[in-house]
Amino acid sequence: MNRDGALLYRGKMEEVISQRLIVSVSPHIRAREDVRTIMSDVIFALSPALGASIIFFGWRALLIVSVSIFFSVASEFFWQKLWRKKITVGDLSPVVTGMLLAFVLPPSSPLWMVAIGAFVAITLGKQIFGGLGYNPFNPALVARAVLLASWPVYMTTWTKPFDGVTTASPLGIVKMELDQRLPSYLEMFLGNRAGCLGEISVLALLLGAIYLLYRKQITWHIPVSYIGTVGLVCLLFNRDPLFNIMAGGLILGAFFMATDLVTSPLTRRGKLVFGVGCGLLTVLIRFTGGFPEGVCYSILIMNMLTPIIDKITEPKVFGS
Amino acid sequence: MKRLFSFKGGVHPPYFKELTSGQPLRRASLPKKVVIPLSQHTGRPAKPIVEVGDEVKTGQLIGESDGFISLPIHSSLSGKVLDIKPWPHPLGHTVLSVIVESDGRDEWISDLTAHEDYFRLSPEEIREIVNSAGIAGLGGAAFPTHVKLTPPESCEIDTVILNGCECEPYLTCDHKLMLEYSQEILEGLRIIMQTVDADRGIIGVEANKTDVISLLEKELRREPGIKLAVLKVKYPQGAEKHLIDAVLKRKVPPGKLPLDVGVMVDNVGTALAIRQAVKRGIPLIERVVTVTGSGIKQPQNLWVRLGTLFADVVSQCGGLLGNPEKIIAGGPMMGIAQYTLDIPLIKGTSGILILSEAETFPEGDCIRCGKCIDVCPVNLMPTVIAQHVQHTDWASVRRYSPFDCMECGACAYVCPVKIPLVQYIKWGKEEVKERE
Repeated sequence: MNRDGALLYRGKMEEVISQRLIVSVSPHIRAREDVRTIMSDVIFALSPALGASIIFFGWRALLIVSVSIFFSVASEFFWQKLWRKKITVGDLSPVVTGMLLAFVLPPSSPLWMVAIGAFVAITLGKQIFGGLGYNPFNPALVARAVLLASWPVYMTTWTKPFDGVTTASPLGIVKMELDQRLPSYLEMFLGNRAGCLGEISVLALLLGAIYLLYRKQITWHIPVSYIGTVGLVCLLFNRDPLFNIMAGGLILGAFFMATDLVTSPLTRRGKLVFGVGCGLLTVLIRFTGGFPEGVCYSILIMNMLTPIIDKITEPKVFGS
Repeated sequence: MKRLFSFKGGVHPPYFKELTSGQPLRRASLPKKVVIPLSQHTGRPAKPIVEVGDEVKTGQLIGESDGFISLPIHSSLSGKVLDIKPWPHPLGHTVLSVIVESDGRDEWISDLTAHEDYFRLSPEEIREIVNSAGIAGLGGAAFPTHVKLTPPESCEIDTVILNGCECEPYLTCDHKLMLEYSQEILEGLRIIMQTVDADRGIIGVEANKTDVISLLEKELRREPGIKLAVLKVKYPQGAEKHLIDAVLKRKVPPGKLPLDVGVMVDNVGTALAIRQAVKRGIPLIERVVTVTGSGIKQPQNLWVRLGTLFADVVSQCGGLLGNPEKIIAGGPMMGIAQYTLDIPLIKGTSGILILSEAETFPEGDCIRCGKCIDVCPVNLMPTVIAQHVQHTDWASVRRYSPFDCMECGACAYVCPVKIPLVQYIKWGKEEVKERE
């Protein structure tokens, strides 16, 4: 058959196409975006919060972030070398993990603890399950949970912005009913309060969040349902909703942790369920639990439910 | 700004239409021979009624329709039947084909029956004319048009939509047709409306074809029953069910047809072919094809006789530019990659796309971003289906409705880790079908 065709079309044309043609299933064009583009967008979106942490906690904040990123990338690299897997650090996902981990650590964290955290995030949080895409839990939050259980004192020592004097976190003040001044709404909005490195400035976080929404790397569903649920429950139980939204790690968690692609549900309806669940668990822990803050655990718990949420929120086929 | 009609989901691939949209529509010179496959439509192949050595004329019947869902095939040249044998087909298998060597005279059959007064014809008569002219849907699926024009008694069709969206990147053949044959296409639409007794006609055009839109706006002033619907530029805007949803807000349920919601959709090229068959008696022996891509010297739209080999079409466009890496019959989103240029052009071939640099995409692991689900116009979960296919868990594949997938490719297009989702879904469909 082929030979017949070739015989009839001897000459220049045949010469040219005698080389191999690529034969593959459609579509034959693909969008430019890959994992690296997505991660670059997230890094760019986190940079205002990084700037805020440097302003309020000094250059040590940058040091902690750098150590965390360095050990995340190094852990990923050596793990993949060790198991003779393809080296994928170029996709920048360990950089994001490193940044996010540093953002949920206190500014006075010892550097060796940061390094251990980064190692735990990459190995126990991600690579042990098979790498990016297979990890059931948010790696940065897994590391935070491990550090909190291992070095609770370091993980709950808070310092005031600018002077570094030890103080309580705003949520801690409320929880322990301490006789200390709570930061004003404006101070919390700008980030002038005690807290984890990256969680303090609502303004900086929102700037990054707007960028991620604009670039369609996240959708509104998880942050809105998460923050909305927290606000609504606060109203119902007569707590200050604005304070509860801005005082802890909620803004960072809702826009940058709960929206983690791998560990959140696939569908938009699933994302709404996920966000409401995170919101309910967060207020449950804050109001009735032993810890002043519940964002980290609530997201980790909802991560566990993601496969089930995916199953029950399958979208309806067009027209049915 | 006026609000444009649209649907939920979809993607925005680069269009590359300017390669050909500015070039005039030309007529290709006659090839020395044509290879006419006896199956160029959905349904049973035609049965050959000529023998090797026979003299045939242009428009002469050479393959007889075999049953209701089938179509007759006509010779697209005058000359001699060289051979009747299987030949590679753009859909990927070999098909019994009639090879006609041109005598260079293009002598037509003498008994073309023209019906200038088509409005006197009954629906049955029109269907018969459309059937014997061998008309299939020219948008790509190539479903026999007379079957479509025969809705069951229980279905009342109130609206006929002409599909002029042309959402596939690179392709401009429908665009060119609408510009140069607008009146004939409108006449075709009226014939279709008359046949299925619908009183409303709509032409759907994507907003990027501004010249077509202003032309049609002018011409439709004299046509009270026909309206223009300008649609948002988005892929796959031209998908039948989504065009209906966008324009009429009617949703065709899974497994149902447009006629179940009282609508019929035809491609603009099909409407032109119907008009030519009814009013002038001409069977379907040629079509407009967009020859384009980075690997062709002079990209353009050409009227080409059916059965012309891609190689002949390419040499009419100045030949290849550099070494091609991929040759596609159709557009880049749904077209079929070919392994040779010795492939005949058939009724459903809307484009010949030649890419001098075709990327191959190594497949990564799903990062569960959900973008494939967001863009799926049918609301499927492509990555979940693909995962079950990878695990050869066919029962689970079935549960996620793979048969509702129209293989538009939007999911695979957006996937950041380049999973060949359409390939997995096609595979899944085959395996599930085999087990039922």
